[in-house]
Amino acid sequence: MNMFRVSVTLILLTSAGSVLADTPASLVAGYTAEAAQAAPGFTASTQRGQSFFTKEWGVSSKMPNCTVCHGKNLKVDGKHVVTDKRIAPFSPAANPERFTNAKKVEKWFKRNCTEVVGRECTAAEKADFIQFVIKGV
Amino acid sequence: MKLFTVRSLTVKTITAGLLVFGSTMAYADGARFNVPNNAKWKEECGSCHIAYPPQLLTGNDWQKMMTSLDKHFGANATLDAADNKEILNILQGHAGSGDKHSANSLRITDTSWFKREHREIADSAWSSPAIKSRANCTACHVNAERGDWSEDGVRMPGGKRYEKD
Repeated sequence: MNMFRVSVTLILLTSAGSVLADTPASLVAGYTAEAAQAAPGFTASTQRGQSFFTKEWGVSSKMPNCTVCHGKNLKVDGKHVVTDKRIAPFSPAANPERFTNAKKVEKWFKRNCTEVVGRECTAAEKADFIQFVIKGV
Repeated sequence: MKLFTVRSLTVKTITAGLLVFGSTMAYADGARFNVPNNAKWKEECGSCHIAYPPQLLTGNDWQKMMTSLDKHFGANATLDAADNKEILNILQGHAGSGDKHSANSLRITDTSWFKREHREIADSAWSSPAIKSRANCTACHVNAERGDWSEDGVRMPGGKRYEKD
């Protein structure tokens, strides 16, 4: 019986773990903690996040900056500059799914930073950017 | 595996699809064929462009595609090994067959099937800024993401309907 209870508890815990979603704030907190390891006292900055978003990286000719695909208004759809595919808004206020899955967020930072910035982004840049998206400037 | 339907352009493709998958699905006015009801395929293949129906390339072409994702038509679309394998299985399970669905470039738009289906589309239409690229299916197949590929569902830029013979 005890074993049964333990098993049931484990199953419940496991399913709860997979259901519990990440939130924009928890992602900022996670990236902030990671950044603080290299730079003690680091806190996310909406201003730095905005500069990052609008910066002309000039690495890719088709995608020189974030806004060519995502647009400048975080609350409306963007459009992929090559394929024209609709891209859902960045702002969680307009798109509640945004920044609710850490694995997905990591995947896209990796893919898009490599393409547009020319390298993977740092934890500090990720914290700043998400902070900018959720808080504005 | 659960399947849902996409309306297709040709009855032949559909018939082949139904035979291959042994589906008993009914089809009404137009033709239909099956695309995977697989969230990973839809998400990973449908983020930057629509998730193109796997029937439109051969299994061999999909294999080449999935082993060259680091150079995916100018983008690095690498997936982790497990996702890559799952998606390749899905693609191959629904792939088309025959030369008409194959292209050395791995572009669906270079297959003889695609060219034949779109032979009535003028070059001037393709170069319209509203279309941009032959790969931009939804520029004209406006409901393709909801599974409607029928000619009735086609809206050319400017709202013009597709004119049947």
